[in-house]
Amino acid sequence: MTKYTLDINGASRTVDVAPDTPLLWVLRDTLDLVGTKFACGVGQCGSCTVHLDGVPARSCTTPVSTVGRKRVTTIEGLDAKTSHPLQQAWQELDVPQCGYCQSGQIMTAAALLKENPNPSDEEIEAAMAGNLCRCGTYTRIKAGIHHAVALATPAKGRK
Amino acid sequence: MKPISKPKKPGRREFLRNTALAGGGLILGCYWDSAALAATAVVDAPAGPGATAFEPNAFIRISPEGVVTLVSKQPEIGQGIKTSLPMVIAEQLEVDWRDVVIVQGDLHTRYGSQSAGGSRSTPTNYEPFHLLGATARTMLVAAAAKVWGVPVGQCYAAHSAVHHRESKRTLGYGQLAGEAAAVLVPAAATVVLKDPKDYKLLGKRIGGVDNAAVVSGKPLFGIDVRLPGMLYATYEKCPVFGGKVVTANLEAVKALPGVRDVLVIEGTANLNGLMPGVAIVADSTWAAMSARRQLRVDWDEGRAASHSWDGFVAQASALRGKPGTSVLRNDGDVDAAMSAAAQRIEAFYQYPFISHASFEPQNCTAWFKEGVMELWAPTQNPAYGQHLVAATLGLAQDKIIVHILRSGGGFGRRLSADYMVEAAAIARRVAAPVKLTWSREDDLRHDHYRAGGFHHLRGGLDAGGRLVAWHNHFVSFGNRVVRDGASELQLGPGAALNGDEFPGRWIKNCRLEQTPLECGIPMGPWRAPGSNVYAWVFQSFIDELAAAARRDQLQFRLELLGDREIMPGTGERGISFDVGRMRRVLAEVAQRAGWGKKVFAKGRGMGIAFQFSHRGYVAQVAEVSVSKDGKLTVDRVVVVADVGSQIVNLSGAENQVQGSVIDALGTLMFQELDIVKGRIVQSNFHDYPMIGMADIPKKIDIHFLQTNYPVTGLGEPAFPPLAPAVCNAIYAAIGKRVRQLPLARTDLRWA
Repeated sequence: MTKYTLDINGASRTVDVAPDTPLLWVLRDTLDLVGTKFACGVGQCGSCTVHLDGVPARSCTTPVSTVGRKRVTTIEGLDAKTSHPLQQAWQELDVPQCGYCQSGQIMTAAALLKENPNPSDEEIEAAMAGNLCRCGTYTRIKAGIHHAVALATPAKGRK
Repeated sequence: MKPISKPKKPGRREFLRNTALAGGGLILGCYWDSAALAATAVVDAPAGPGATAFEPNAFIRISPEGVVTLVSKQPEIGQGIKTSLPMVIAEQLEVDWRDVVIVQGDLHTRYGSQSAGGSRSTPTNYEPFHLLGATARTMLVAAAAKVWGVPVGQCYAAHSAVHHRESKRTLGYGQLAGEAAAVLVPAAATVVLKDPKDYKLLGKRIGGVDNAAVVSGKPLFGIDVRLPGMLYATYEKCPVFGGKVVTANLEAVKALPGVRDVLVIEGTANLNGLMPGVAIVADSTWAAMSARRQLRVDWDEGRAASHSWDGFVAQASALRGKPGTSVLRNDGDVDAAMSAAAQRIEAFYQYPFISHASFEPQNCTAWFKEGVMELWAPTQNPAYGQHLVAATLGLAQDKIIVHILRSGGGFGRRLSADYMVEAAAIARRVAAPVKLTWSREDDLRHDHYRAGGFHHLRGGLDAGGRLVAWHNHFVSFGNRVVRDGASELQLGPGAALNGDEFPGRWIKNCRLEQTPLECGIPMGPWRAPGSNVYAWVFQSFIDELAAAARRDQLQFRLELLGDREIMPGTGERGISFDVGRMRRVLAEVAQRAGWGKKVFAKGRGMGIAFQFSHRGYVAQVAEVSVSKDGKLTVDRVVVVADVGSQIVNLSGAENQVQGSVIDALGTLMFQELDIVKGRIVQSNFHDYPMIGMADIPKKIDIHFLQTNYPVTGLGEPAFPPLAPAVCNAIYAAIGKRVRQLPLARTDLRWA
């Protein structure tokens, strides 16, 4: 076991875990931040997506020993009031079915919108290609990203 | 898609779980030992004896403060039932949706059946739920009339209050709770239901009640459960199903960091029950998973180790032209009709075993203390889990408590309870709560699979291009079981063809035969069992016959269905088929898709298919493009469904249809499992690919016919027609017939 001090959603958190522990399990088991989901464990599905210094990363294949001083943002820390345009859009368009993959979808989409505030369908497909949804909510995920763009653009989003 | 009215903000009570407590009203208790939630976790002040809360039944509670709490008894697996069934109560109760708090009910006999499978949750609960809400509303109105000393007829309920027409007086439901609690429950026959034209909620687009928790990452799913002092477990089973533990390096694993115990579980012979294996119990999920990599087990693999998919294919192929072990239907004289036919068409269709691959891996938390086994499970079938645990561990059923957690996908997988009995078997030997979490590899390699299958089909057409003879020898799969001392082959769920399955009953000369191959692979219901493959096989072969007859695909199908309104079922297990409903669905989908009105260049085409599945009548038209290098694009899918007189939640219904279409397309395109030496070869999403956003249909048009029939469910019926509609469109586009799943096995290149 080794002690690591991590920057999680803007707070400094110290954990005492095995160095090879994936960040996913540090979040879920040690820090009780269970919004980040385990689905494949090998970086194939995107359900465990978090941001490291704003860049989407698969927490299931990120050993805690490699995180260092990078800022870790999870779904719980995406927006202090849960009112990120994507979180609003997801509710307004009723995107989820089972909902299990959606925190990963939102985290990847949030990173996309930061880089590209108004992505095309093709750009959305490319950015979201690594995030799978077993229920098949892709139609609404795509619509949700467009709707979030509209919400973030006052003239377009508000009547 | 239009934005819908925003659902209410996450209510504080949404994280609370109600526990069964007889006599003292509904007590809400918090099971989440979570620092993050400590601030939000509240416990309703328990109602004392003679409390002023109004609880007309097990599903509704109105507190004196006016909080309306509705219990959702059905398991939520992504089908939206936790939103839709409470909507029915709210509609009749005349409460505003934003004022309602919905809690998940645990397993309890007072709720009646709580199994979520077969798209049955809606049809079995829809009418009773209307009555629940209307009864409560009737009692509240009676209470107000009594308080005011006016006739009941002068009072009406609206917006969580009763109003007196003449005096314009109003009493909120909370104010009436105490008085209403004293009103006798009226006889069902005297309760007046709302006229559907007055519905304010049903048929609207309402967002899922847990959406706020989903998008903010709140604990919600089975895998999110955390109890004080909880330990974490993994469970290693033999890669060959049913293999037994001979020896294992238990002591070495026990010495690894964070490991608390290593247990050999003997298991039972039930392929769908508690399989033998080795459990590792540790301080964290990762400690358990890490230790498992050091675990070495010698297995007695048993006889299933000789099974392989290639072997099954060879066995099935060899049955061509041979009789089946059972005859499911034998109408007319197939041999004579085939001989006399102007054209005979023969084809062999095959599809593989596939996995459910729900994204939340199987998991269950179990705590055995003082003789009581308490379980927290993402389950579609909690009562079965309770039964299986009781029967396997020799516990009394009433000593098993089951908390129903949201499932990260179901698709039929969580109708099984193997993971529940595993958690219980481990917890029984550990003095702490234990959460068992399967890895993805466990999940893919120890599923209860959708059975593969093979169909030797022959069809005969007369000189006028009419279908006059149909013969199918269906080769499917069964497990060897001992029942009442006798050994028999038990067909897998979805691997038993009903002789009434379309086009059985419709063709004068029709013989359906079946031969099960013995396999040691556990099978289970997979979204739209049976229909999910039969629709593809039969609607594809009908397409072949129509093409051979040079007939229009829609006209050929309508002629086959015929003019009658109802096709009665055959015998006791027969299923009545409403032909009129199917014709109307087909006419609507053809009209909306522009069937027969479009002319396509080679490489583009349209296909049609229909299926009566789980009480729903659904037809689909797919429009596809196939590039010269064989890449498929589904340009448009038009879906028309008749699921009865009322869509409960339009957003949820559309979501189920969109999801069914996309799930069915992914299954068609990619999914297959190989079996070698009794083992599943695939292990994770790199070799068992899921459909991604780029491959979905460019457009999905959905239309629900509003009819006068009973309201039915939508988790399954929209799935089956997609694969044949797409494959028939591929044939129309490039003249290649897809007779093997997945599509990746057919070369779609053309010149």
